[in-house]
Amino acid sequence: MEFVDTPEEAAFRDEIRTWLSEHLTGDFAALGGRGGPADEHGWDIRVEWEKLLGKDRWLGLSWPTEHGGRGAGFAEQVIFSEEYAKANAPARVSFFGEGLFAPTLLAFGTEEQKRRFLPKIQSVEELWCQGFSEPNAGSDLANVQTRGVLDGDQWIVNGQKVWTTLAHRAHWCFCVTRTDPESEGHKGLSYLLIPMDQPGVEVRPLKQMTGTAEFNEVFFDDARAAKDQVLGPVGEGWKVAMATLGFERGTAFLSQQLAFQRELEEIIDLARANGAIEDPQIRQELADSFVGVQIMKFNGMRMLTSLVHTGVLGPESSIGKLYWSSWHRTLGERAMHVLGPAGGIVEGTPGDAGAYALSEFQRIFMFSRSETIYAGSSEIQRNIIGERVLGLPREPR
Amino acid sequence: MNFAFSEEQDQLRDAIRKFMEAKSPESEVRRLMETTEGYDPAVWTQMAQELGLQSLHLPEKHGGQGFTFVELGIVLEEMGRELLCAPYFSTVCLAANAIMNAGTDAQQSELLPGIAAGETIAALAFTEPNGKWDASGITMEAKGTGDSYTLDGEKMFVIDGHTANTVVVAARQAGTSGEDGIGFFVVDGDAKGLTRTPLATMDQTRKQAKLEFSGVAAKPLGDPAGGWSALSKTLDQAAVCLANEMVGGAQKVLDMAVEYAKVRVQFGRPIGSFQAIKHKCADMLLEVESGKSAAYYAAWAAAEDNEELPVVASLAKAYCSDAYFHAAAENIQIHGGIGFTWEHPAHLYFKRAKSSEILLGDATYHRELLAQRIGI
Repeated sequence: MEFVDTPEEAAFRDEIRTWLSEHLTGDFAALGGRGGPADEHGWDIRVEWEKLLGKDRWLGLSWPTEHGGRGAGFAEQVIFSEEYAKANAPARVSFFGEGLFAPTLLAFGTEEQKRRFLPKIQSVEELWCQGFSEPNAGSDLANVQTRGVLDGDQWIVNGQKVWTTLAHRAHWCFCVTRTDPESEGHKGLSYLLIPMDQPGVEVRPLKQMTGTAEFNEVFFDDARAAKDQVLGPVGEGWKVAMATLGFERGTAFLSQQLAFQRELEEIIDLARANGAIEDPQIRQELADSFVGVQIMKFNGMRMLTSLVHTGVLGPESSIGKLYWSSWHRTLGERAMHVLGPAGGIVEGTPGDAGAYALSEFQRIFMFSRSETIYAGSSEIQRNIIGERVLGLPREPR
Repeated sequence: MNFAFSEEQDQLRDAIRKFMEAKSPESEVRRLMETTEGYDPAVWTQMAQELGLQSLHLPEKHGGQGFTFVELGIVLEEMGRELLCAPYFSTVCLAANAIMNAGTDAQQSELLPGIAAGETIAALAFTEPNGKWDASGITMEAKGTGDSYTLDGEKMFVIDGHTANTVVVAARQAGTSGEDGIGFFVVDGDAKGLTRTPLATMDQTRKQAKLEFSGVAAKPLGDPAGGWSALSKTLDQAAVCLANEMVGGAQKVLDMAVEYAKVRVQFGRPIGSFQAIKHKCADMLLEVESGKSAAYYAAWAAAEDNEELPVVASLAKAYCSDAYFHAAAENIQIHGGIGFTWEHPAHLYFKRAKSSEILLGDATYHRELLAQRIGI
């Protein structure tokens, strides 16, 4: 066991710190790190910031150097995320492109596809969204009914996706599509890459319980994608989609505990300020949240060590997803305990539904309800842990 | 960064696991838990002579092997897994640590070699009938000067207090309170004026005693009035040891539950195929793995003896206490009626989980301590 950087890691950390201290100034610094990948706060400034990251190859850090990346391993990726969080740098806008699509593309894409898409992700000219869930394909993702039919050199796509985060900002959608009309379940699916800016694609915002609309419905009505814009073999889309979900549940969240730690510290500061800190029950809750976020860090370090040695993140990543989403939900509830009656008042004007605006703590309280649902609900994660880690028998189907 | 055990440490674990499986099968646990002494002297000697367990983390100059709390944690995890009945926690994790933290070099060289050789069973007597785990719980007064003190009063819940050859007692100078004036004193187990009464413990695999002192002659260990920091550190180190012991037991009950869920058939299918059971097991795994992360990290902090120790000790004790008890309770639920019987081992772990949760302060106690330690 060793919890200090190797000389190489320390040099890498220094490089990031130096870069951040030189670039994270002015509007970028003022923005702070609030919100997550789904938050639109300060969007335009964040896009500009993201372009700086791309220009100096911090976006695309893990990609091979021949594709413009730095070829960074898992340990370096985590060091980057740690320093990024410590510097309170802006929340990233390229989560779906860099965090989910790019690693999938690198694993399954052709050389031509990699050269087509990676540079535009890095230059922040093209943002991506994830077309997985549908009205009748939530936890049962394999029940996808959006259809793709090959017509000459184009796919014609019809159907509906839902909960599509930031679809209204995206230029492309990686979309699980049923391309074999006779198929059922996880067979006959393909992972299509669909341009969003075309007549056959309509994005409708979904106003959430938070009052904001980061999620969308996406309707495909004879939408088109070029024949070669399919990732992995036609009919093998399930495998590709599962890889994306693996990234979503695993490495993408390995170091987010630092942002969580910051939120907890802010709640503790609030408790000091409003006197809630004297309450023995609140003290228990805050200490328990501290225990939880520290263990999230320890779990992350154990998982990272195993990842560095084996190179693969197995179904154990479900433990991480289940853990952090549950912890964060509880943190939101505890923030409301600390707030007391003030937690019951939002910004806005009575009678003006459009002015409903949440404070940061209220936003954590509400938005965290989505976190135990998206990227595989907690119940699905427990199934995966039970069946694929513990080897319990599957439900008869 | 590397959060994994080394190859040598993995080999140590393998050796300890084999030994524990051979020497502490359920039949032995049941035999020993019915005895007053609660351990097998022959196994105790083998532990010292064949595996060097009592000397593992003691300094080499005092007969030890100079390993760290990480190796000690591995040993405890494997002991917890098989519910080893032996005065190991009391001797090595409480008394020996107190001697190392408080004693002068000369005192250590007098007391530690016997422990290292497996000849001495030692206990740490600090809790009293008030049941408190902090400094305010120590009310027993030590009277005397220089090398000669006498102790009067009562110590309770003393782990292995009735079988110990050497008892390290925490007492305070007259007229002091809180963390001031606390010191350690050493008495022989058979000292004149010391009455030791074994208690009937709910968890029969870990023995406790009541120790009544009536003018018992005692030698101070280190500073007879400035021992609180040594005691506090000892309790932190012991909490780390206990957290590691607990995750061993927690993993074992998870294994038992999963195994049973795979073979027990109801409604024509294994009960583990029902989400009600599967999800319980998944939650247990999450908690057991998280407990391990906390316990291992805390062992590392104890090995480094760094400034993180107080925080991570309370953190690990709080989390592992809850995790072990929850896992042990769910194991009974998953087993159904058979899990409630005396003949099934589930209750042995359930009781050990509860006694471990209580020992050194429960999760609520440690969360409050943690809050204070991180400045909440």
